[in-house]
Amino acid sequence: MSSFTIQSRTSGSIHILELNGELDAHTASHLEDSLKSLIEEKQFNIVVNFSRLDYISSAGLGVFMAYIEDVRSLGGDIKLSNMSDKVYNVFDLLGFPTLYDILHTEEEAIVKFTI
Amino acid sequence: MVTKSKYSITVSASTAQIADVRDFVARHAAAYGFSDEDVHDIRLAVDEAYTNVIKHAYNFDASKKVKVKISTGNGKFTISLSDEGTAFDPASYEKPDVAERVMLRKRGGVGVYLIQKLMDDVEYRKDGKYNEILMSKKR
Repeated sequence: MSSFTIQSRTSGSIHILELNGELDAHTASHLEDSLKSLIEEKQFNIVVNFSRLDYISSAGLGVFMAYIEDVRSLGGDIKLSNMSDKVYNVFDLLGFPTLYDILHTEEEAIVKFTI
Repeated sequence: MVTKSKYSITVSASTAQIADVRDFVARHAAAYGFSDEDVHDIRLAVDEAYTNVIKHAYNFDASKKVKVKISTGNGKFTISLSDEGTAFDPASYEKPDVAERVMLRKRGGVGVYLIQKLMDDVEYRKDGKYNEILMSKKR
């Protein structure tokens, strides 16, 4: 079965979700629950760190498709960082790099919120 | 001489099986000699096709079955998924506008497009109550 965990931490006013394992149709609801909780807690400045994510399918991308505009309309953003080439390629095939802030490192993503 | 081989598994139409289906196909793709990158493309294409069967053909009814077959020959690796649910109509399919879907907060709807991008050939067949998607990649 697909294995997937999320570690949550903060850096000042920024919330960081660190994804581990495989994000697919079986595990996407876990990420969705985490994003929903942050939005309910009015935490709209979110960085998702992909450094330990081995795999993503469109079901995983769908979670970002569903929530990014809500978060932006509330004055925040979901910025993505530390993707492996394989994971980045899936985002790239669908044209996401023009729609989302995808940064090399978590630090760059955090700094982006202050610009 | 052309060497041909075939492998198959039958699994429940459940998202709990996605990782096993991906791993089954990826193992055979690696053994067939594909690069890591190609194995990843094949793994993702199969995931997308299998997820579509669960969602659209069977509407998340995990009591239904999906047959996954692999055949190789003439330098081509072909994966077939067959189901007995609601058929997909490729004629009614349009390339998704991802930017528009994001604006409308619509998730998904991009799996078929991904499969086409990742594989060399994609074919949909209907035979009686059986629907089949065949996805091929050349070595």
